[in-house]
Amino acid sequence: MTDRLKAFLDARPYAQFLGLKPGLVGDDPVLILPFSPHLIGNTALPALHGGVIGAVMELSALAQLTLAHPRQGPHQTIDVTIEYLRPGRPLTTHVRAVLKKVGRRIANIQVEAWQESPSQPIAAMRGHFLLGPES
Amino acid sequence: MNETIPDNAVAARMATSTPQAVALGFETVSMGVGRASMRIPWREDLVEDPVSQALASGVVTTLMDHCSGMAVAAVEEDRFPTATLDLRIDFMRAAAPGAGVVVEAHCYKSTETLAFVRATAWDSDPEDPIATVQAAFVLNGPQSVRPVS
Repeated sequence: MTDRLKAFLDARPYAQFLGLKPGLVGDDPVLILPFSPHLIGNTALPALHGGVIGAVMELSALAQLTLAHPRQGPHQTIDVTIEYLRPGRPLTTHVRAVLKKVGRRIANIQVEAWQESPSQPIAAMRGHFLLGPES
Repeated sequence: MNETIPDNAVAARMATSTPQAVALGFETVSMGVGRASMRIPWREDLVEDPVSQALASGVVTTLMDHCSGMAVAAVEEDRFPTATLDLRIDFMRAAAPGAGVVVEAHCYKSTETLAFVRATAWDSDPEDPIATVQAAFVLNGPQSVRPVS
């Protein structure tokens, strides 16, 4: 599973820019975002940029959908709602996506991001995604 | 967008002193009272898919969040967003291959503690948007840590 997740990340220059790595929590594939100074959005706290956290949660949803439902063409994001729960501290962040409903054309996905403990998420996301073309 | 805002150092610093904004190459286009516009030039290492060559949607997300925060900071002096509460983004289409992205954000309402923002992103034509945003921010209180440059 992590091999396919790694392939997903390797194919995306922006995922390399962020420094994303594949990981596993239990049997679930997760994205791991090691801390790096260029991810900071607030130097006073300091805290990760909210956009980075949102971007990683969106990539996590697309990755999970790609692993479970590979298609000829790429899946596309339709809309996302990002809820920020705690500041993203300068620590490693873990992101896990759950496919709530995958229809013929549209998927509904929920994502959580956490740092030290999954019971203390720093952000959550829910969104709709358009499945890529079959052929 | 040509009105000059009060000497707002916090807002002005946001484009130039935030490490992630610098890493992505954000540029300030203009600022007005409660309004901000920023852009990001296209860059090969920021694409989602080397075949499509479109800037990643996550890059657009970060630009929209950042520009929205800047619009909040541009409302009045000494008020700045301490945190994004939520951000709803609708993606109409991918950016054109090789195209940079422009965002315009408007903080249309703020209270003692909250600010509400709408923003739009496009590549070549504001009437043909890539994405739109609706966001809420928590504002600074007397105890807030001030951003430092």
